[in-house]
Amino acid sequence: MFDTLKMKLHQKKQYIPDIKNAPMRTQFRGLPVLNNSICDKCGKCKDVCPTGALNINPLSIDLSKCTFCGACKNICKNNAINFSSYYKLGTDKKEKLIVTQEITQEEYNKRAIEVRKEIYSVFNRSIKFRQVSAGGCNGCEMELNAAGNANFDMGRFGIDFVASPRHADGIVITGPITKNMAYALEDCYKSTPKPKIVILCGACALSGGVFQESSELNREFLNKYKVDLYIPGCPTHPLTFINAVLDFIRKK
Amino acid sequence: MNYYTMKNNERINLLDIPTIDFNALTAQLAASNLRPVSFFGSDWGENIKLYVILADDENKKLLVTSSLINKNIKEYDSITKENHQYHMFEREFYEQFGIKPLGHPWLKPVRKNQDNYEFFEMQGDETHQVAVGPIHAGVIEPGHFRFMCQGEKIYNLEIMLGYQHRGVEDLMLKKHSNQLAESICGDSVIAYNMAYSQIMEELSGTQITPKAKLIRRIALEMERIAIHIGDLGAILGDIAYLMGKEVYGVTRTLVINTMLEISGSRFGRGLITTGGVNFDIDDNLSKKIVDILNNVKNTVEKMTHAALKSSTVMSRLEKTGTVSLETATELNLVGMIGRSCGINLDSRFDFLDDFYKDLKRKPFKATNDAYSRFKIRYKEIIESISFVKKFLKVLEKHKQENLCVSTKDLIPNSFAISIVEGWRGEIVHVATTDETGKLSRYKIKDPSFNNWYGLSMAVRNNGISDFPLCNKGFDLSYCGFDL
Ligand code: SF4
Ligand code: SF4
Repeated sequence: MFDTLKMKLHQKKQYIPDIKNAPMRTQFRGLPVLNNSICDKCGKCKDVCPTGALNINPLSIDLSKCTFCGACKNICKNNAINFSSYYKLGTDKKEKLIVTQEITQEEYNKRAIEVRKEIYSVFNRSIKFRQVSAGGCNGCEMELNAAGNANFDMGRFGIDFVASPRHADGIVITGPITKNMAYALEDCYKSTPKPKIVILCGACALSGGVFQESSELNREFLNKYKVDLYIPGCPTHPLTFINAVLDFIRKK
Repeated sequence: MNYYTMKNNERINLLDIPTIDFNALTAQLAASNLRPVSFFGSDWGENIKLYVILADDENKKLLVTSSLINKNIKEYDSITKENHQYHMFEREFYEQFGIKPLGHPWLKPVRKNQDNYEFFEMQGDETHQVAVGPIHAGVIEPGHFRFMCQGEKIYNLEIMLGYQHRGVEDLMLKKHSNQLAESICGDSVIAYNMAYSQIMEELSGTQITPKAKLIRRIALEMERIAIHIGDLGAILGDIAYLMGKEVYGVTRTLVINTMLEISGSRFGRGLITTGGVNFDIDDNLSKKIVDILNNVKNTVEKMTHAALKSSTVMSRLEKTGTVSLETATELNLVGMIGRSCGINLDSRFDFLDDFYKDLKRKPFKATNDAYSRFKIRYKEIIESISFVKKFLKVLEKHKQENLCVSTKDLIPNSFAISIVEGWRGEIVHVATTDETGKLSRYKIKDPSFNNWYGLSMAVRNNGISDFPLCNKGFDLSYCGFDL
């Protein structure tokens, strides 16, 4: 008992107070910074990209496919590709995930997530999700778990993962959606009461990621149902996830 | 038996592997007491080639042999009938190549055809089934658990997997990359990418620098430290000792954020590449790592001490979910779970390399229960912290070396194996190339492939409410198994 209490003193406060402006280590690979004008179109970056996220005419990266592996940056002799540590990457439309030279941090942020009255009036104070891992490698799942730990503590904003879809306001999908999980995923969606939100989390869910050429996937679900939020990453950083959800449910 | 003796991380010529008669091979395997490490088929024109790799643990050797099976052959006498260590291997081989092991005691699907899965059933008063999954209560990967219970007591647990099946082995042949290797099992990014990179380096005859090897090993041990700490927290969370859950949780954050400072990713993605590593550890960073690990060690020691002094914690851990040494050996349990049952296997030390050979380990006194699974993690965290510090010291002598060397084309008609001791246990990658130097087969075995059945045995005759505790203690991979 006393030892347990001593541990509490030893630990002190651990949470990040201002989650919207939490500092990020500079080494983190977040929003790409592209410089098309010094790119000599050699195409080497395109060759090393494992997911086909890169295009060179003009230089652009599709964050729905990007795994943020940094291979393109490492191979570029002209230093035309860089990654900033900016982590607020979630958007409400897939098209907004394409980054070019013109898309600066401010620009990206400005248009990323539109404020919608019907969303904030209902979910402003609390939103509960059922998480479905549909082929996820456990990377995204670990980061979503971390979003609830004592550091990030998303519970304080009313964001939580719940055990049953019946208690949820929406689902968060990770993984490329395997054939074997397609049925369970749809079942889960149908069991969630309306109005329901669908969030895709991680390169796999957004585009199939490194598995996009697999013959064992079934991504039908995404043709049938509307997606409300796209959150990139491989895996998605907890700060990326929490901030995207906050921007989605708050008035700003 | 006719076989070729090889080392870990070695390339051999495909033609050096002896080919023996199929029936003779299976009969010999049934009677052998060598441990199967890999057992898989590969398309071979009109035939199927079956490769078998055995570990001679006493003499620290790997033995490889093969057999050519005509595609008209549809069945054979099951090895598992005599030797249970093959039960998963034979099921997998049947699912992939359709050659039926006659007399296999439980020839069920592995990753496919879940709709045709026949569960064991039990009849009688007060017996009932509990079905859980594929979607579980927490944020975890999918799998289906079927409990046969009487009242609160579990008689049998059957585990049906395959939901995560993404066809990784086929994808490897289509377009292999470090990034794909990292995503096979995202909680063992370093271990998987290391196995893949080593195989590619062997297959192409590339020599990487000692510096790169050291940085890989530092990352491998940091991965072990981080996940083990997280698991200690998860185990305590499942028995509602929330202080432990949170303290271990934030301590793990320190380790993975250090990994982020090394590589730009909390799980070390992008660190390892074929030919070496992408990021250096300079003096400043090295000092920082040591400081953080000292701090981590202090907290983990204090917290473990406090938790294990608490009688409520001990009463939940002790004698829960016991797996005897006999059962563990019969099922071929490996890695950390194997060690918690008294099987002293650890591929870092069984197949020594230049870096692990000078390191010392203390023996572990296994008690085979949930407590043992808690204690082994604690022991390995402390050990790995000291390993990292030693590796960092050695790294100082290799400052001038390159991080990465360029790789060459793969050598035709080759066969290579790479075994890496990830935090769960031995991760086995085997690859072959064809006559043009293209990858022709890529076989992966996660330690979970061996250990899932161990979980079933652990929960037998335990209350169903202890299942989460046992499950966290095993913490097996779904995607590493499903591939
Ligand atoms: S960082 Fe993104 S765009 Fe660059 S190579 Fe990796 S996946 Fe492709
Ligand atoms: S996006 Fe990356 S981390 Fe997330 S599930 Fe896919 S491979 Fe794993």
